Amino acid sequence: MLWYTLRRIAYILPILVGVSIVCFSFVHLAPGDPMTAVMPDFASPELIAQIKGAYGFDRPLPIQYFRWLGAVLSGDLGMSTRTARPVLDELLPAVLNTAQLAVAGVVISLVLGIGLGVWAAYTRRLAADRAITSAAIVGVSVPPYWVGMVLVAIFAVTLGLLPAMGMAPPDNGGFGLDDVRFMVLPALTLAMIPTGIIARSVRATVMDVRKQEFVQTLYANGLSRRRIFLHVIKNAAPSVLAIMGLQVAQLLGGSILVETVFAWPGTGYLLNNAIATRDLPLLQGTILVLAIFFVMMNFLVDLAQPFLDPRIKRQ
Amino acid sequence: MSSSTANSSQPLIEISRRPGRIQLTYWQGVRRRLSRDPISMGCAGILVLMVAAAIFAPWVAPMDPYKTSILQRLQPIGTDGHLLGTDELGRDMLSRLIYGGRVSLLMGILPIAIATLIGSAIGIVAGFFGGKTNMVVMRITDVFFAFPSVLLAVGLAGALGPGLVNGLVCLAVVFTRAIIRVAESATTQIRNQDFVEAARATGASASRIIAGHVLTNVSSLILTYASSLIGVSIVLASGLSFLGLGIAPPIADWGLMLNTLRQSIFIAPVNAVLPGVMILIASVCFNLLSDGLRTAMEVKP
Repeated sequence: MLWYTLRRIAYILPILVGVSIVCFSFVHLAPGDPMTAVMPDFASPELIAQIKGAYGFDRPLPIQYFRWLGAVLSGDLGMSTRTARPVLDELLPAVLNTAQLAVAGVVISLVLGIGLGVWAAYTRRLAADRAITSAAIVGVSVPPYWVGMVLVAIFAVTLGLLPAMGMAPPDNGGFGLDDVRFMVLPALTLAMIPTGIIARSVRATVMDVRKQEFVQTLYANGLSRRRIFLHVIKNAAPSVLAIMGLQVAQLLGGSILVETVFAWPGTGYLLNNAIATRDLPLLQGTILVLAIFFVMMNFLVDLAQPFLDPRIKRQ
Repeated sequence: MSSSTANSSQPLIEISRRPGRIQLTYWQGVRRRLSRDPISMGCAGILVLMVAAAIFAPWVAPMDPYKTSILQRLQPIGTDGHLLGTDELGRDMLSRLIYGGRVSLLMGILPIAIATLIGSAIGIVAGFFGGKTNMVVMRITDVFFAFPSVLLAVGLAGALGPGLVNGLVCLAVVFTRAIIRVAESATTQIRNQDFVEAARATGASASRIIAGHVLTNVSSLILTYASSLIGVSIVLASGLSFLGLGIAPPIADWGLMLNTLRQSIFIAPVNAVLPGVMILIASVCFNLLSDGLRTAMEVKP
């Protein structure tokens, strides 16, 4: 197990370095340097040079990279060019807000996705099976931001049941009904696509496992349906987990668009602001944090795999 | 083929093409199977209509898509003279949706075309030569896979700045990484097959083997995979426009229309979500057509 863990770490370390290089280059992709966009026209060349020096943008790229990497490793993501506040200070509250939404979305998509998938695999009714399959096709085709708008149009505008956008005011202390009301629509929107994909893969995997010979043997041995069900689930778990990990991470990416629709003050909203004001260090920091989270998520899924399926360790 | 010669020789062709007599080539078979699938043909029909309407927009659209009218803002569907109502500046929705297909469909299809060309070139080379080349290329691809696709597209577009060309580049990068993976794994499976070994033994050069043997064997797999990405690409491209990272207003684009109409969702919810219906139709049709094509070609993804 230790050997397996070390091997996974050896695999993701170069990827993390690569991710840092890609994120670093975001600031330098655009023509000109990151300051040009935010400096007023009347700024004198001396002032521009001085500010570039303060941000460190006047040094050669490799040196800038290592200085940036060193700073990032010690928890300093640089300064926002718009507000001159540390990127980390801007990022932390946004990450917490996104995390709230993501957790809600993940819980919904896991419960619904696994439930529907298992149900579709066990039901003999063709209609249910068809419904899941076609829902999956629409699920991968539908623009998530548009689903958000449709939900707002129905539940907020027409029916007036739920708030259309924003977050509950923070003063009420604790997590109350109000927070839930604000969260329902964005969380549902976020959960929709992963739910479809998880349902489809759970259904396929469970059906595959049920066809295997050991299940026949269990039946022949006279095990109860419930015991057999547990065996099936245990064998379906590893591949379902892999897809779930990927979907959860994609859900996080999708939150960029969904948060924009609902004006949810999370990382997506922050990223949107950074883009609108061409605040490249903030853009870079946000994407770096999200990408690292994505990598770590996949890493944890890889680590969890051998616990569910000991055969993986030996490969 | 001109119609007069086709008509005069019609009976002869009928006789010589009696079913079962003529061996169909692979692609003829694919076309025949595809044309017998009602869902694929329905989707193809809708897409042809959409593309044609977008190309011939000046003749098809009932009104000028840029003509604003303060008095006619956010008219509901079915208003006199505005079949699908008007937008927040009083512009005719139907005309804007027709014109919007130009940018939206282009932004969906073109990045896939670019990504297919570049991605299969890189992937085939990596797969064919294997070893260190393969490792370097695939590790770099892994790095790009470390980003969720929306995040990568938005990050790149945000860094490059808004615009049609920048949007194309970002989407092409996102899809190139996926094509590289598919092309590489398909090529790796082919390169050790006997017929490739045989070609190598006869002294054929690498470029000749790639052009003559590898390409013919992996291209159908890559193309079906690429076709399955068009729907995703349309949704993602509109997502970039929705964030204001695509083409600039007042050009009509479905994603951009959703973005500007979002402010009006409390006054005219139906109008506000209308452009999304177009995105959904286009994307569903491309996905179903791609599914049909895959079934007709009988290749597994």
